[in-house]
Amino acid sequence: MNKVIIDVKNLVKNYDDFKAVQGLSFEVYENEIFGLLGPNGAGKTTTLEIIETLRQKTSGEVTVDGFSIDKDASAIKRIIGVQLQAAGYYPNLNLVELLELFSGLYGVMVNPMEMLEKVNLQEKAKAKYKALSGGQKQRFSIATTLINSPKIIFLDEPTTGLDPQARRNLWDLITQIRDNGTTVVITTHYMDEAEQLCDRVAFVERGQIIALDTPDQLIDNLIANGFERKKEVKKANLEDVFINLTGKEWREN
Amino acid sequence: MQSPYSHTRATLALAKASFRSIMRSPSAVVFTLAFPLIFILVFGFLGGGGTKLDIAVAPGSDLQNPVIASLEKMPVIRLTKNDELGNILKALEKGNYDALITVERNKNGVPAYFTTVKYTSASLDKGNILKSILNELSYNLNSQNIKPTVTEIRSSTVNGRLYRTIDFILPGQLGFSLLSTGVFGTAFVFFSLRQNLVIKRFFATPVKRSSIVLGEAIARIGFALLGALFIILIGHFFFSFTLVNGVTTVANMLILATMGVIVFMGFGFVVSGIAKSESTIPPISNIITLPQFLLSGTFFSIEAFPTWLQPISRALPLTYLNDAMRKVAFEGAGLWEVRHQMLIILIWGIVIYSVAVKTFKWE
Repeated sequence: MNKVIIDVKNLVKNYDDFKAVQGLSFEVYENEIFGLLGPNGAGKTTTLEIIETLRQKTSGEVTVDGFSIDKDASAIKRIIGVQLQAAGYYPNLNLVELLELFSGLYGVMVNPMEMLEKVNLQEKAKAKYKALSGGQKQRFSIATTLINSPKIIFLDEPTTGLDPQARRNLWDLITQIRDNGTTVVITTHYMDEAEQLCDRVAFVERGQIIALDTPDQLIDNLIANGFERKKEVKKANLEDVFINLTGKEWREN
Repeated sequence: MQSPYSHTRATLALAKASFRSIMRSPSAVVFTLAFPLIFILVFGFLGGGGTKLDIAVAPGSDLQNPVIASLEKMPVIRLTKNDELGNILKALEKGNYDALITVERNKNGVPAYFTTVKYTSASLDKGNILKSILNELSYNLNSQNIKPTVTEIRSSTVNGRLYRTIDFILPGQLGFSLLSTGVFGTAFVFFSLRQNLVIKRFFATPVKRSSIVLGEAIARIGFALLGALFIILIGHFFFSFTLVNGVTTVANMLILATMGVIVFMGFGFVVSGIAKSESTIPPISNIITLPQFLLSGTFFSIEAFPTWLQPISRALPLTYLNDAMRKVAFEGAGLWEVRHQMLIILIWGIVIYSVAVKTFKWE
């Protein structure tokens, strides 16, 4: 019943003598939030960028919605939205002008204000990207990925460096995008985030997938093996305390 | 569901974005417009006045005489009558006065006056001009009412086009403006787009590389031409810059400007490719622009340079752009008449773009 939208088979990427990705295989299903988890340098970003057709693979096969990354890169680019880690935007332009530029680059007609409303940035329409807060920058990046009404969006560590409120707000946005029918592929270092947000996660370590399942199942597997936390888990954690004390609203600007 | 992707639309979207960005970039506006305009203003006002001879009249000198009266009528001469001798002598040494003049009535009758002139070695050129003015003056005054015995010189001047300082300076400044827009602008933009992963984000869209370069080029050429037009018009209407054939001349100049800026952008692409960091862009760009700024006849005619330097000047593309611009603007030459200059600019273009293709980096 789950339709495969991204199919990665035996993906290998070597940089000179460094093997960044060593025979990765996984499938992403349509309309799920799929998480790639793993430590820095495990090959998450490289894998994403190969699927996004931004990087050449060494070997292996990747298809995105039936298109091969070798032959149909431009067809793939038209159905995906990409948020890069630490990408900048054209200097001296405000958000509306940047969205106009991207609608030209994607060859679609969009109303920039509607795009900004989707990510709750309509009040920043005339602001420059550089003047935005961390959370606003990430939300704007996500707005640029939605311009071409993509089937899949790729988010590379979108919540890194955000405060708890901004992070939770971004989770809501990402969930909403998934609920509107878009497949989301996300990388993160935060396990609480993956647990809350992702339908399925893959653990990447040294260029290989070492586990892939729903967060729930992976936790159950671990417990079944006899794992126990040293400290009994309370019904709330420190982040709940933080949110409770400081409120859920945004505090940007 | 998908309509065909339009590369033209993507290119134009990039051109529009880039143009907006350039217009808001202070350095682009300063280098392309403000700098050349300041030079034009300075030289425009300097050049308008022409040469002036500053002459002090010695205290106690007779002032009611035909010599002083004639000198006062001459526009090139500025007489100062009320300075003290001490000041005058100091100013003479520094060249602030070009000469000191004393006129005394001759009590013995003929000649009626003695005129004594003290020149200064600090201002020999102007002293020489004054010498010939005084010779002519004394001849005219002495020969009043006397028929010449040998010859009378009857001179007249052909009414030619007045070649003002602005006619030399403006094309040079225009060339400089195009050079800095092309080199600095292109180098900085492509370096920072690459460094800040803006280009990488573009690559995640269906846009072609050629559209990115072309869009940027359209914006920059458009901006450079607007700047050029602005400089030409300011020069023409405020400083009487000569445009022999009016609109045709302007159009020819803009065509040359386009050629120039395309070639200079090639240098910019090379710089953006070889620069290791943002801070190395200005020195590398200066290595390209400064020699051309100084040696390509921007301020002085290259004929004024020592002979060993002239071959270097004659190798630089800006020399030919400046040369062609001056011929077109002042002599009213058509583009065909400056084909030699255009050919050399074209050769530079081919050379620099073949280097750019090798050194340019996308990531």
